[in-house]
Amino acid sequence: MAQEAQPALSDKLGRAAASSIESIGRAVIRTLETLGGISELAWSVVRWTIRPPFRLQNLFVQLDFVGVGSIFIVLLTGVFSGMVFAHQSSRAFELFNAESLVGPTVALTLTRELAPVFSALMVTMRAVSAMCTELGTMRVTEQVDALETMAVNPVQYLLVPRVLAGLIMVPVLVMVFNTAGMAGAYLISVTIKGISAGTFISRTQQWLDPEDIAEGLIKGAVFGLAVTLIGCYKGYHASGGAKGVGQATTEAMVASAVAIFILDYLVGVMLH
Amino acid sequence: MADRLMIEVLDLWKSFGETKVLTGANLSVPEGSTCVILGTSGSGKTVLMKHIIGLLKPDRGQVIVDGEDIVPLGPEELTRVRRKFGMVFQGAALFDSMTVYENVSFLLREHTRASEEEMRAIVRKKLAILGLHDIENKYPAELSGGMRKRVGLARAIVLDPKIVLYDEPTTGLDPITTDYVDGMILDAKRELGVTSVVISHDVASAFKVGDTIGFLYQGRIVEQLPPAKLRQSNNPAVKLFLSTWFGKND
Repeated sequence: MAQEAQPALSDKLGRAAASSIESIGRAVIRTLETLGGISELAWSVVRWTIRPPFRLQNLFVQLDFVGVGSIFIVLLTGVFSGMVFAHQSSRAFELFNAESLVGPTVALTLTRELAPVFSALMVTMRAVSAMCTELGTMRVTEQVDALETMAVNPVQYLLVPRVLAGLIMVPVLVMVFNTAGMAGAYLISVTIKGISAGTFISRTQQWLDPEDIAEGLIKGAVFGLAVTLIGCYKGYHASGGAKGVGQATTEAMVASAVAIFILDYLVGVMLH
Repeated sequence: MADRLMIEVLDLWKSFGETKVLTGANLSVPEGSTCVILGTSGSGKTVLMKHIIGLLKPDRGQVIVDGEDIVPLGPEELTRVRRKFGMVFQGAALFDSMTVYENVSFLLREHTRASEEEMRAIVRKKLAILGLHDIENKYPAELSGGMRKRVGLARAIVLDPKIVLYDEPTTGLDPITTDYVDGMILDAKRELGVTSVVISHDVASAFKVGDTIGFLYQGRIVEQLPPAKLRQSNNPAVKLFLSTWFGKND
């Protein structure tokens, strides 16, 4: 009996291992397929961007939706990020009487990291989710097919303005975040923690270089491009009715958030 | 009526994964005529229509539109060919973020240099032909199913295309609206001289509007005949399908 049980157990373990390897393989293939699809879409967007007709009205609608529509939420998160970061760092710097470093510390962290990452996350949650759902709904209700039958390229009409809006407006929102964050940090440092305004500003000017701001803007552009491409890709290829659109949006949100952090590391390493 | 073929489908094959949808379909539609493709749900009628307008690429076979094989064409050349088409979708496929006026004038805005006044006049005229009044500022969500379909038809014919494709135009409509839509298809043929392909499983409509009826079964057009001749067909699948209607109405 024991001898019979032995092969049965090893058989089961073997099957379980094979099934795990198979599902890992499937996930890898799916990820590679998605990356390939997004790259293909990106190339298609580039080709259709430089080809007339140039639909400026569609672009302005998307710039307004992605950029202007996100200003409030970016301002809000920026102010509170700056406030909490100033509060926490001033407590740490108090320990060795280096409160004058609160301004530059907040400024460097905001401009290089927090502003691009948080702005891109806000755009992802607010605008990319809506883009993905809208495109997915258009796909499953044959509106995308209708565009094609009317001799209008859907990539040019629907995707180009959305991707360009992400590329252009996320860096703008990064600057909004920087400004709001520094205002929040100033408020906490100067009015609550008692650091002198002159020290806060002069030390920040001393430590903060234009390159730091440029790094944040470059990251913002890269993130904006990536998240809008992911959202557009998932929505544009949605299938299976309302459930399929919901699933596409969930996948777009997860993939965009993960992409922001991976790209943050990669772009950071490349720029230094 | 000229015998020149406007649409010719030759030995068309298409599979999605393991599922074979088209297995050597052949179809010919003379210029200015109406061809109805009948078949059961899921028989591949819509897939065949999407090949005719180049929305899908076949695994093999030819689709010849107005003398040109569209299968090898790239996106830009297909865009040129598609200007010959108007298509009425099963669910109308109206752009739900646009008003009725914006939907119907969409093609005019994209492909002509018409002024806003000219576009408004054309849109009003097309909507009036279809019995639609004072709905230009409404959104598709505010319209009934039948009205949406008629707006879809107005959008399809706004540029007076050579070919109009109808995907299940009467599905889900009440008998009066169905009759009305049938009349519209006949009028489009008579007044505009368009070549029409109608996808349907509505036998009564098919016999009313079709000059020829093609019966799609197991991925192939097993018969393509004028309505009166199709009724005499000895093909078992055709006989079974038609008996569901004529059995009840003879």
